[in-house]
Amino acid sequence: MVGEFKWDYAPAPESKDHVRLEKQYDLFIGGKFVKPLSKKYFATYNPATGEKLAEVAQANEKDVDLAVKAAKAAYDKVWKKMPGKERAKYIYRIARMIQERARELAVIESMDGGKPIRESRDVDVPLAANHFFYYAGWADKLEYAFPNRTPQSLGVAGQIIPWNFPLLMAAWKIAPALAAGNTVVLKPAETTPLTALKLAEIIRDSGLPDGVVNIITGYGDTGAAIVNHPQVNKVAFTGSTQVGKIIQKAIAGTDKKITLELGGKAANIIFEDAALDQAVEGVVNGIFFNQGHVCCAGSRLFVQESVADTVIRKLKQRMETLIVGDPLDKNTDIGAINSKEQLDKINEYIQIGINEGAEMHQSSCSIPAKGYFCKPTLFLHTSQSHRIVQEEIFGPVLAVQTFRTIEEVIEKANNIPYGLSAGVWTDKGSKIFNMTTKMRAGVVWANTYNKFDPASPFGGYKESGFGREGGLHGLAAYLKF
Amino acid sequence: MSELEILKTYKIYIGGQFPRTESGRYYPLMNKKKEVIANISLSSRKDFRNAVVAARGAFGGWSGRTAFNRGQILYRIAEMLEGRKEQFIGEIVRQGGTRKQAELEVRQSIDRCVYYSGWCDKFQQLFGTVNPVSSSHFNFSVPEPTGVVAVIAPEDTSLLGLVSVIMPVIAGGNVCVVLASESKPLCSVTFAEVLATSDLPGGVVNIMTGTSKELHSHFSSHMDVNAIVYTRDNKDEKKLIAENATLNVKRVFFWNNDWSKAGSENPYLIMDLQEIKTTWHPIEQIGVGGAKY
Repeated sequence: MVGEFKWDYAPAPESKDHVRLEKQYDLFIGGKFVKPLSKKYFATYNPATGEKLAEVAQANEKDVDLAVKAAKAAYDKVWKKMPGKERAKYIYRIARMIQERARELAVIESMDGGKPIRESRDVDVPLAANHFFYYAGWADKLEYAFPNRTPQSLGVAGQIIPWNFPLLMAAWKIAPALAAGNTVVLKPAETTPLTALKLAEIIRDSGLPDGVVNIITGYGDTGAAIVNHPQVNKVAFTGSTQVGKIIQKAIAGTDKKITLELGGKAANIIFEDAALDQAVEGVVNGIFFNQGHVCCAGSRLFVQESVADTVIRKLKQRMETLIVGDPLDKNTDIGAINSKEQLDKINEYIQIGINEGAEMHQSSCSIPAKGYFCKPTLFLHTSQSHRIVQEEIFGPVLAVQTFRTIEEVIEKANNIPYGLSAGVWTDKGSKIFNMTTKMRAGVVWANTYNKFDPASPFGGYKESGFGREGGLHGLAAYLKF
Repeated sequence: MSELEILKTYKIYIGGQFPRTESGRYYPLMNKKKEVIANISLSSRKDFRNAVVAARGAFGGWSGRTAFNRGQILYRIAEMLEGRKEQFIGEIVRQGGTRKQAELEVRQSIDRCVYYSGWCDKFQQLFGTVNPVSSSHFNFSVPEPTGVVAVIAPEDTSLLGLVSVIMPVIAGGNVCVVLASESKPLCSVTFAEVLATSDLPGGVVNIMTGTSKELHSHFSSHMDVNAIVYTRDNKDEKKLIAENATLNVKRVFFWNNDWSKAGSENPYLIMDLQEIKTTWHPIEQIGVGGAKY
């Protein structure tokens, strides 16, 4: 069936007309946009076109110090004294204002980060707004969440977020911190600062007291300055396991509280009794959602041997129908790789996979000549010792293995330093619960994949980090008892 | 003519067995009169590594027990402890305590086992949640044990501190390797004998004697240890533990409690060594809008 007919879609680009972007963005400190003391700016580009979108300030140590002091002052003078009921109102208001400006945020997210507009419009931005709305309601109910305890806020939270879900990660970090009564210094990733800066505008417009949230842009050294600042009481980081370990080490010997949401290499497991078409759809969503730039991506597929041929045939067919291209086109399934650096890393891993002797298959689709793109890719005949099976690629690359018995697949799925997520596909309820119990991972999707919700705790086992974001459990990261 | 007392050789406890340290080393334990009362095993890195292997091997079985069964076994520990009360009191006195102090400490230690026995099948209901997600999915979060926990037990008591830190770890389904008090190690070895006769599977609790100075870096750097609990107040040791823990993103807890106080026993200690697992499953939507019930 593959290649027998071609079904072209007319371009359906989302309009950029209503997007308001400044040429240059300053640092959001103490409720105002202020020029960086560093006097330095750096550019952020559209990875799909190479077009420069804006320049943003590069905060140095002194800028970080100002931001932390603003957060500390706001904590001492205003925020920690404010009743939870009043805090809640501000957070609710931020949620509403995100909803009101949802389309603009979605378009900027896709322009700055390369993700398909369908995802930023239907997933990232609504979830970000909902996250604020959900946590707003906790602000005056904290004592109900922790039996026999009186929870107290921590102080200033330093938060560092990645480039794969820029606005959503900002929401995951800021909303529970504020609900718990902390103030915030947040640094977005250097390749995707724009929606965080738009969020800063929203926060300014919402009337949130000055300094309660400060948003500063920069590279890794800016993040390090936040982590190491003596007046930061809590560090929350989402990103690679490698950097997470550096941060965990940096705060050793201090009283700072820390939560880490790090890398993953999730097993997505298909049993022979699964609904195979649904399972294939779930595998596609698991690895190609957001170009595979997802820490919980289902990047290791385990198929029971008896159905392996069928599943792989269906998977190849489905990959052929994926549309790779303009992130702003509403038909696009796979957008642009976030940066040249990341594309180089993915291509390096693809070469490693080939060199290791695995059999590569890519969709026959064409990819745009300009910008950073990668075809959906899978590797067959891989084994546990392959680097493409052990290491996080963070791209649209799937490593496929087969298995015979349930014991074998449990052993293989867990035999990895990561433990963020897993997927299980079977029609048998008792098998689902056996599998979901045995997976050493913080989120397990059964007969579904890559679902997120503000009420649902998210976070890892083992080297995928510790602490949870989302739900009641997400509050604990920002409180002491 | 008086009969000669049979002295006990104080061993360590690994995988349900009672070896002396593989290193052959010892340190003499003195009483107030500077008499040697025991030659205590000075455990080595190799002992620790053996203990981690034993613990990892026991993890699947112990965490796979029903919570109710774990509760029964912890209660059995209390029963065995009660039966050997006099032996523990004698050991605490020999290590410098008064009879009154010793009686209180043993009483509290027994009570602590009973306390955590009760939590085994209850904390999940307090700290687990069913999550009302905005899509057609059933979604719930439950606590699950972190895995192998390395514990450096309190220095200032022989039994109570040890029991207070082991119980919350194993009540939640974890397994552990514990370093006993260096200056008051006697009860730890006798407590191991209690554990060995309490239906607790071998390897769930492994107890070593020796020095934190020598072992804390190994406890914190081992790649198959998931979490470390440190209960002493040496700043340098704390810092090195926190740094070493980053090698495999260990969870690090500094428990600094007065274990004789009631507030020092609580389910939040159990929760320190739990991971939260969230499970999603779709809910079929048949008869939407039409269902009447």
